[in-house]
This record gives sequence, C-alpha cells and structure tokens, in this order.
Amino acid sequence: MGVFKKKDQPVYARPADASVSQAFKNGNIMTRLSFFIFGLGNIVNKQIVRGLILLALEIGYFAYLFSFGIGALGDFVTLGTVEQGQVYNEALGIYEYTAGDDSMLCLLYGVITLALTAAVIFVACMSGKSAYCTQFRKEKGLAVPSFTDDLKSLKEENLHAFLLAFPIIGILCFTVVPLIFMILIAFTSYDHEHQPPGNLFTWVGLENFQKMFSEGSKLAATFWPVLSWTLIWAVVATVSCYILGLLLALLINRKGTKAKGFWRFMFVLSVAVPQFVTLLSMRTIFNANGPVNVILREIGVIGMTESIPFFTNPLYAKITIICINIWIGVPFTMLSTTGILQNIPAELYEAAKIDGASAPTIFRKITLPYMLFVMTPNLITSFTGNINNFNVIFLLSGGGPDSMDYYYAGKTDLLVTWLYRLTITQKDYNLGAVIGILVFVILATVSLLTYRRTGSYKDEGAFQ
Amino acid sequence: MRSKRFITNTICHILLAILSVIWVLPIFYVVLTSFRAESGSYKSYIWPRGFTLDNYINLFKGSSSLNFPKWFMNTLIIAIFSTVLSAFFVLCVSYVMSRLRFKMRKTFMNIALVLGMFPGFMSMIAVYYILKGLGLLETGVLKQVALVLVYSGGAGLGFYMAKGFFDTIPKTIDEAAYIDGATKWDTFIRITIPLSKPIITYTLITTFMAPWVDYIFAKVIMGNETSYYTIAIGLWTMLEQEFVEYYYTQFYAGCVIISIPIAILFLLTQKCYVEGVSGAVKG
Repeated sequence: MGVFKKKDQPVYARPADASVSQAFKNGNIMTRLSFFIFGLGNIVNKQIVRGLILLALEIGYFAYLFSFGIGALGDFVTLGTVEQGQVYNEALGIYEYTAGDDSMLCLLYGVITLALTAAVIFVACMSGKSAYCTQFRKEKGLAVPSFTDDLKSLKEENLHAFLLAFPIIGILCFTVVPLIFMILIAFTSYDHEHQPPGNLFTWVGLENFQKMFSEGSKLAATFWPVLSWTLIWAVVATVSCYILGLLLALLINRKGTKAKGFWRFMFVLSVAVPQFVTLLSMRTIFNANGPVNVILREIGVIGMTESIPFFTNPLYAKITIICINIWIGVPFTMLSTTGILQNIPAELYEAAKIDGASAPTIFRKITLPYMLFVMTPNLITSFTGNINNFNVIFLLSGGGPDSMDYYYAGKTDLLVTWLYRLTITQKDYNLGAVIGILVFVILATVSLLTYRRTGSYKDEGAFQ
Repeated sequence: MRSKRFITNTICHILLAILSVIWVLPIFYVVLTSFRAESGSYKSYIWPRGFTLDNYINLFKGSSSLNFPKWFMNTLIIAIFSTVLSAFFVLCVSYVMSRLRFKMRKTFMNIALVLGMFPGFMSMIAVYYILKGLGLLETGVLKQVALVLVYSGGAGLGFYMAKGFFDTIPKTIDEAAYIDGATKWDTFIRITIPLSKPIITYTLITTFMAPWVDYIFAKVIMGNETSYYTIAIGLWTMLEQEFVEYYYTQFYAGCVIISIPIAILFLLTQKCYVEGVSGAVKG
C-alpha cells in the first residue's frame, strides 16, 4: 500500500513529428486553418473548452490590436509627431498647453504591442500543433483528451508549463520587456534636451555609439578612463580579496593556531553587518573630520587642522575604496575557502615537506594551484560582480571627486555608477542605455567563455 | 627547533590579533557612537564624553519627517511579501530546471544567464514607467506593492543555487515515488520540498534580507514620500546635509538596531549554505 493513490492515467499518443512545420504540411484543412482561427481543430473534434480558450485569446488580441495596437505600432515607428504646443486662451488670458505625443509612451506601448504579438504568434503555433495532435488521434481511432485530462496533465507531463508560467510572466514583465525597451532607447535621442512630454525624441540609429567612441569628444574622453578604472578595479578588488582571504584562512587553520573558532568569529562579525551599514559608516569614518583623521591628528601624523583627503583626492579615493573593499571582502573569502582548504590531500603537504619545501613554496606550488582549480567559477562570478559593484562605489564616494574633464562622471565612477548618474541625475537616458549595452558586452564575453567550461555546467547530472 | 616553532606561533597570533582589531574596531566605533551623549556630527575626539540611551529612545519615538519605526514596519511588510512570492518563483523554476526535461530547457537556462549580465538597474527606468502605466505609483501603499513586484518579479532568474541542490537529490527517490503512483506534482510537493529544508531556508532568508539592504530601487520608486521609505533609504537620508547634525548619533543607533537581526539571519544562512552545498541525501 503506497502513500499515493494509484490512478490509471490513459496515455495520449502524439504523432512522432509534432512540430509546427509538420503540422502545416501534413495537417488537414482544419488543422491548417487552426493557425489562423485558433482552436478550430479542437472545437471540430469536440475539445470545446480548449478550443474556446484559444479562440478567446485570439479575439482578445485582435480587439486590442484594432482598438489600440495599430495606432501604437504607428507611433512606435515615428515616436510621435505632434509636439506639445501652447495656445493663448483669450477668455482666460493665459497660455494653455495642448497635449502632444509622448515619445516615451509611444515607445513603451510599441514594445508592449510587439511583445503581445510575439505571444500571439506563439499561441498560433500551439493551436496548430494541438489541432494536429487531435487530428492524428482521431485518424488512428485513439482517445482524445478531455479538458479535465488537460488539467490533469499539468500535474504530470506538462508540469513544467504549470510551474514556469508565473515566474516567466514575472520575468517578462520586470526583466525582458524593460530590457528591450532600454536597449531600444540606446538608438534614440532621448537625452536631457528631449524630455517628454514637453519635447519629442526620435530614432537616431547608431549616433549615440558614434558619440561614445568618436575621437576628441567629451564622452569618449570620459568613457575610456572610466572603462579602464572599472577593469582595474574589478581585477584588483577580486584578486586582493581572494589572495588575502586565502592567506587569512590559512593563518587561522594552521596547526599551531589556538582558539580557531574565536578568530573566525572576529572576522565573521563584519560580514554579518548589512553591507550598506558598513559602507555608510565607513564613509563617515573616513570623512575629512571623521575618526581616522582625528586619530592621525592626535598622534601627530598630520597637523591639527589638516586632514587626509580620503575621498576628495582621486588617487587617495581609489586606494581608500580598494582598502575598504578588502575589509569587506576578505572575511567572505575566508569563510568560503576554509572548507575547501581542509579538503586538500594531506599527502601532498607531507611529500613537499620531505622534499624540503619551505612554507612560501608550498603555498605557491600546492595550495594556490589547488584553490584556483576548485574556485575558478567563484572568481569569475566575483569578477563580474565587481564590474557591477554599484553599492561600494555609490555609497562610499558617490563616484567623486568630480572631474571637469569628464561628462558628468567622477574619478572613481565605474561604468554602472556613471550609468546611474547619466540616467537618474542627468536624464541622458540614451547614453545610459549605451553604457548598459557596453557593460553587457564586456560581461558576456568574459563569463560566457569561461562559465561554459566549468564542470557544473557541463556535467550537471553527475550526482543524480 | 621547538623555540623556532614557538616564535612562529607567537608571530602568527600577534598578527591575527592585530588583524582582528582592524576588523572589529569600525564595528566597535559604530556601537560606541550610537551611545554617545553629545549631539552633533563629527567631533575632534573619539571616546564619547558621556553615554546615553537617548539615541535609541528618540529613534523609536520617531518624528514626522524621519520616522524610524514606520520605516521598520514598511521594510518588514515588503520583505515578507516579496519573500513569499520570490521563494515560490525560485523553487518552481529550479525544480523544473533540475528534474523535468522538456524542449526549451537549455534555451531557457542560457537566456537566464544572458539576462543576468545586464546591469540590474539599467531596466530600472523602464520598470518605473511600466509601474506608472499600471497606476502603481499613485499612492504610497501602491508604491509598496510596486516595490514588492520589483523585488520578486525577476526572482525566477536566480535559480542556480537551488537547482544545484535539487540536482544532488538522487533520482531513484523520485522513481520510487512514480512506481507508487505519484504524479510529478506529488513528487515535487511531497518528496523534493521536504528533502530541501536547508535550501528553502537559504532562499527564504536571502530574499528576506534583500529589501533591508537595497537602496537604489527603493529610492527611485519611493521618491520623496519619506513616510513610506524603507530602512536603507531612511538611514541614507539621515546622513544628508540638512539632517546630519541632528541625526548623526541616531543614524548609528539605527545601524546597530538593523544589524542585529540581519546578523542573526546571516549566521543562520551560513549554516544552511554549508548544508545546501554539501547535498541533500547522504550516503
């Protein structure tokens, strides 16, 4: 007697070639028509509910299209033609605004209409395939699933569709559509001079990319230094946290070290504090009048009225940020490496000792290669994470000190914080979108190349 | 030989002591300042002249513009709702990716990987306009709903960790259930979920912590509605030019209050993380 009720589930045969093209080629007239009148093949074969649902989706889409969608698509091409105007109202003696087109909304509705259209094309394929399957079953004299059977299949062979439906809707609404929208903005003139609803913006093709790369422009003069600082930052932050964290873990795990748990706790404490709290308090601690400068004055390193410009001198700011990042990152590495360190085969160490290797040699020739081998995927994630490390820069220095040579960027701005400034404070949405695309290109090349080679991607079934 | 080892051990311990002082001092300073009696921001000395609990008391009294208890409740509510929603999303997606085989599976995983490479807030402006279009930015309460949607909407993409865990549950257990007549849905609810407590706890806690530490999205969506702020934007506001003189010590008190529960939760996740990484069913 099992825990689960045994049910006789009929198995519904599917044609071996249930694909869209086959359905169109081999289907009868009803099946082919199902691509255009959704659910027709199902309704004819008495799968009324399924057919009606498909049909309702189609009717809903076309109702939307004719009432609103076609206009939205037209506006999407032009991004609006009527500029907001002013008309003098003689009766009241004031200027009144006449409503113009809002390019922003034109673009947004255009993207939404296109997304809906894509969804409907997907439903059309489903409708055709479903009609083909039903036709096949009818011809072979097999059972045709009723609507209750369809619902039951959601718990069995179609469970993936059931479980994925809501997450995918969420991802589409809050990730995919906005992303497409922002990518499109990179090809428009949506900057601080073209702010809807007052002004219209329009398609400009690759102009923004040209501006970003053209020799001598202020944008290019900002982009390259910011890019190089982003890369330097990502490499230095990743490597420094990794090596120092590893050394710390080794130091704590040495045979001779007493009270290992106590030392570990001292460092874990800083990890447990929420990051923005750490960062905000670090910002005040390294402030021009903050405690660090106070201590330095007390012990006489600097004069009583002087202060070290931790965040206001470009070079100092960069060094300060990297040091604070080490403070934040080292305990993390220590935590994650401790377990792996204990897995290194002890024979390796013994053999090295017998050969007379010194401690630094053992670290360089055994520990480091072993750790690198195991932790390469981690390193890649933390590298890409550092390229996008918005919080550390934004909450510590805010990208400052600002530079007159740059286009609204500071000396410690990363590409992502510059993106933030360009969009939120400067309202140059098109330039922000260009930066976003470039960041994506950098990350994609770095991680797709390396991530796909890792074991967990290739060999995911190893433990199943 | 013995004296040499003694010397290295001593050096190592001294080094560890120095390092832990460096790591603990800033935290100690935060706690110290939160009890400082003198108001005002930066002082020309470190050790407070007097100690008081007033900073904490005033913090919980709240004022009309900077209302800490209200922020706390706002964040708590948002955190609870977005945790439930995103944990549901994450578990569904990771189970599907780990256990079920269907046509678009690899494609979906690759798309998820690619989507994860765009800077998160690049799409923020578009999300902002979509929410505005949905009418979710009209009142403060609706803005909170919007924030929950923003935090959990794309959660389905973060399935890698839980999928890795599900991958370690032996397939034979599932197959035994199928033989007993279980559907795949039964297997998910009654076999996989109960076996996955560490990873579920991990998912729950990490998503629960996100609203407490997120600054950007909350700021963009909430704008100037201070009474609907979450903790992170609220504390940031305390350090702004017009508030810092009065709220400096309260800021630190707020930091301490917020850090304690988060630290406890973090230590919990560490435990679950280790269990989660080491796999579900031993032997």
